[in-house]
Amino acid sequence: MIISVKNLTKKFKQFVAVNDISFEVEAGEILAFLGPNGAGKTTTIKILTTVLKPTSGELSINGYNPVGEKDKVRKSFGIVFQDASLDEELTAYENMTLHGVLYGVPKKERPAKIEQLLRFVELWDRQKELVKNFSGGMKRRLEIAKGLLHHPKILFLDEPTQGLDPQTRNHIWEYIKKMNMEEKMTVFFTTHYIEEAEKAADRVVVIDHGQILAVGTPEELKVKTGKDNLEDAFIALTGNNIREELADGVEQMRHHRQFRR
Amino acid sequence: MEIIYILWLRQIKRYFRSKARIIGSLGQPLLFMLAFGFGFGPIYAKAGEGNYIEFLVPGIIAMSILFMATFSGLEIIWDRQFGFLKEMLVAPVSRIKIMIGRCLGGATVAVLQGLIVLGLSYIIGFRVHNFLAALGAIFFMFLIAFLFTLFGTAIASSLKDVQGFQLIVNFLVMPIFFLSGAFFPLDGLPKAIMTVVKFNPLSYGVDALRGTLGNLNHFSLMTDFYVLGLIIVGFLFLTSYLFSKIEA
Repeated sequence: MIISVKNLTKKFKQFVAVNDISFEVEAGEILAFLGPNGAGKTTTIKILTTVLKPTSGELSINGYNPVGEKDKVRKSFGIVFQDASLDEELTAYENMTLHGVLYGVPKKERPAKIEQLLRFVELWDRQKELVKNFSGGMKRRLEIAKGLLHHPKILFLDEPTQGLDPQTRNHIWEYIKKMNMEEKMTVFFTTHYIEEAEKAADRVVVIDHGQILAVGTPEELKVKTGKDNLEDAFIALTGNNIREELADGVEQMRHHRQFRR
Repeated sequence: MEIIYILWLRQIKRYFRSKARIIGSLGQPLLFMLAFGFGFGPIYAKAGEGNYIEFLVPGIIAMSILFMATFSGLEIIWDRQFGFLKEMLVAPVSRIKIMIGRCLGGATVAVLQGLIVLGLSYIIGFRVHNFLAALGAIFFMFLIAFLFTLFGTAIASSLKDVQGFQLIVNFLVMPIFFLSGAFFPLDGLPKAIMTVVKFNPLSYGVDALRGTLGNLNHFSLMTDFYVLGLIIVGFLFLTSYLFSKIEA
């Protein structure tokens, strides 16, 4: 198992963002974390990628512990964040180079790879422009190109294709699947696009309110809920309430407090 | 090495790209030189102390470096706000290298700023006494710059958002600046003030610049060097520790 999570809990003061979840990911697998807004998807990714400390639980990423062996864990994965992680005062190309250096892409391979990926996301013509002049979709494409620049054992994608049109989304998923096939790269992604989970994932973990509701292949989930498509299965599992998108843990806490008042 | 270099380069590029910031940050030193230089000059001369401009300019240079360097360090707060901090925090490289690269970049930018102010001071009639000694001044400018970039980085590493920024400027940066002897001679100060001045690292930076650009030491250049060097070493440990503890 390349990722193994046992009884993971994360609390922000009183608010429980992730509540005693356990799951495993096999090497070479594409796993989707599917859940409505505020389900605990991003918090889980942040803990697995060493940026947040868990409240309790046992974790193993590529055989290392994200709490005690941060550096070794960081060498094992790449990540595309849900929100911005670009330097807007630098150009697209400079952002790619900076990322390449930080993530250990050898100097000789760098220019060719950067060109290939910038062409792939159709930003090669605009490589010399400052990122602050880019549109939301262009920034998103650059984030993804940056995340694919080095080829780690595990690739985390936190709602990678949010705000992109279907053509771009398909295009990017084809590339990720190719990397997964050719290099046996494990892919762990979160999404609330059901068709994305259905198309791309080998297995789906449905999460809501910080708890895992179901795990299985898309087929298994349909059978389990007695529905004939994954969307109905998803709604059967998570209910019909509309969720609010919350900025981060602290925000969630505030919201939670107001709610109780 | 390449990691340190690329993060150093990032700071330099950001500096040269924000022309507004360069010009904006030159306004204050220029105003201070004109207002204080010509305003207090006559009194200073009457008191028998000699040429105030010669005394004041090193202080103003130190001030520009202090502000520029501290703000460079504090930029981490903005990196957090804009999301770029995450990119550095999950990178599979030691955070100490990241911190050092950033701080060297911030320090270089602050030294450039100091050199521009030195150039501007020629307008109001300041002259460097001896060019070899002026090279020494650049060395000390770098020490001041590196020290306060580390200082800004240490503070920013322990802050979550921009709200605390004004507090830091008013309660840390301004006192450091005003109580460093940048404007007034240290001879004959009341004991209480002198004690504060002696515990203020910038006092030694100002003194070293006066010693190298002119010839007006209060402490000795050796003392200045040891004090600045020692505090830098201390901050290297503290800032590395705080930077390694950041959670995104």
